Amino acid sequence: MSPQYTKTVMEHFTNPHNVGEIPDADGIGEVGNPVCGDLMYIYIKVKDDILTDVKFKTFGCGAAIATSSMVTDLARGKTLDEGLKITRKDVADNLGGLPPQKMHCSNLAADGLHEAIHDYLRKQGREPPLPPGAKKEHEEDDHCVVDVDSPIHIEDTVPKP
Amino acid sequence: MERVYFDNSATTKVDPRVLEEMLPFFTEHYGNASSLHSFGQDAYDAMELARERVGAALGTAARDIIFTSGGTESDNLAIQGAAYALASKGRHIITSKVEHHAILHTCQFLETQGFKVSYLPVNEEGWVSPDSLKEAMTKETTLVSIMAANNEIGTIQPVKELAEVAKEGGAIFHTDAVQAMTKVPLDMSKLKIDLLSLSAHKVHGPKGVGALYVRKGVKLRPIIYGGGHERGLRSSTENIPGIVGLGKALEIGMSEMDESVAKMSAVRDRLIEGTLSSVPRSYLNGPRGANRLCNNAHFRFDYIEGEGMILHLDMRGFAASTGSACSTKSLEPSHVLRSLGLKHEQCHGSLRLSLSKFNTMNEAELFIEAIGPVVENLRKMSPLNEKVDYNVATVH
Ligand code: FES
Repeated sequence: MSPQYTKTVMEHFTNPHNVGEIPDADGIGEVGNPVCGDLMYIYIKVKDDILTDVKFKTFGCGAAIATSSMVTDLARGKTLDEGLKITRKDVADNLGGLPPQKMHCSNLAADGLHEAIHDYLRKQGREPPLPPGAKKEHEEDDHCVVDVDSPIHIEDTVPKP
Repeated sequence: MERVYFDNSATTKVDPRVLEEMLPFFTEHYGNASSLHSFGQDAYDAMELARERVGAALGTAARDIIFTSGGTESDNLAIQGAAYALASKGRHIITSKVEHHAILHTCQFLETQGFKVSYLPVNEEGWVSPDSLKEAMTKETTLVSIMAANNEIGTIQPVKELAEVAKEGGAIFHTDAVQAMTKVPLDMSKLKIDLLSLSAHKVHGPKGVGALYVRKGVKLRPIIYGGGHERGLRSSTENIPGIVGLGKALEIGMSEMDESVAKMSAVRDRLIEGTLSSVPRSYLNGPRGANRLCNNAHFRFDYIEGEGMILHLDMRGFAASTGSACSTKSLEPSHVLRSLGLKHEQCHGSLRLSLSKFNTMNEAELFIEAIGPVVENLRKMSPLNEKVDYNVATVH
């Protein structure tokens, strides 16, 4: 269907992997996007610094669900360090790309995972490290402000009579 | 898989009778209506017949009809045209918060050009009150534009009363009737409407053609200049096949209106009743009964987001929409739903079904069977539920 989503996105959206809560999770990442209103919870179980289980619950668009599913796949079985290194780009790339206005959904998924790991580390009394390049990505982020039809641009698009 | 099209407010299927009437104007009668030879004359005659048909659909004379490229252009010509033509009398425009972007963005543009615009609020059913219009009118008000029926939630506005208030206050009254045509009677001989926009592709005509009704004596400044077509108001070689299609679509639409409205209302009511009773925590946006477009059912489902619903429904063969198709590039919740006072997450969980005369009761039944599992499936994935308050933790 949707010409804007790749086959992989649609596969993950239709049959998402690792849906659900982990009631006794070791860490929980709760992230949301104030503009599109989406909300994502990532739950992790950790043993010997390995992400033994990763699950998600998401209130969001097709891309948000697909990226949640993908990030849980990518993170399962990885070490905490490796988990923290999973970037927004990794999530998007593994899905074969996302439409530009949906790139922030992959931000949400990667951030949710990082949040969950941070939550775990904090609970352990350990200092969560900044994911490599996190700051830079943050700065480059053009979060959600992609509405090309927005009245903000109206002067550029409507010729003066 | 049987495919069911419930997105007729976005666009409709061309009626085969309309297409048949259009076809010769591509290949046989392809003249330019401005040419003097008989090829041109054929095109001109066909255009004038269409003009009469559009006039008849509105209870007015053919000469009051200006052909345009569609509803958006009609809205632009009406709003910009009237605002500039009357700018020496005043620079205040009144519209509502639930208008189509063709109106809202045009008004916002005019604000950058020194016009003042008041955006009237609506009640929880999307209704603009004539009293609030009365209050907003000033001596400077030259133009009031309120849509006849809302494209998202189907609210039919009291245009008769609103037009009267506008006229009493000395302003011109425009209505965007793109969704209302052939569904709500709009007789220009009985209503004090000065300008009315309509579009062919919402009434089983072709895309890319529309019309603006301009009451005799109303002055507009054109927004497209050129060879002076359409009484100088809309230069550009006329889209004859499209215009022929528009005329025919309205002729059919008006002659079959009672029957189609009755059919669509029955299917709509079944969809509403069936969906609300089979899906827990589902609600109807917009009014019920006579104040609602006969072809619109607009739902809200707690805890889930609309796009997922659209994709899942599509996989099951149903074409629906989360709101206005034009706003899919935007991630913001619909301005119409926000104006009803709905919360962010409630807007996101909305679904619009819009019918045409071609939809059947059986299709409604199929939908009612399908929607429950779709909603349930998405709810399983959602972190929101009765116990979880929606409180967006922002990423940064
Ligand atoms: S997460 Fe915002 S639109 Fe997908």
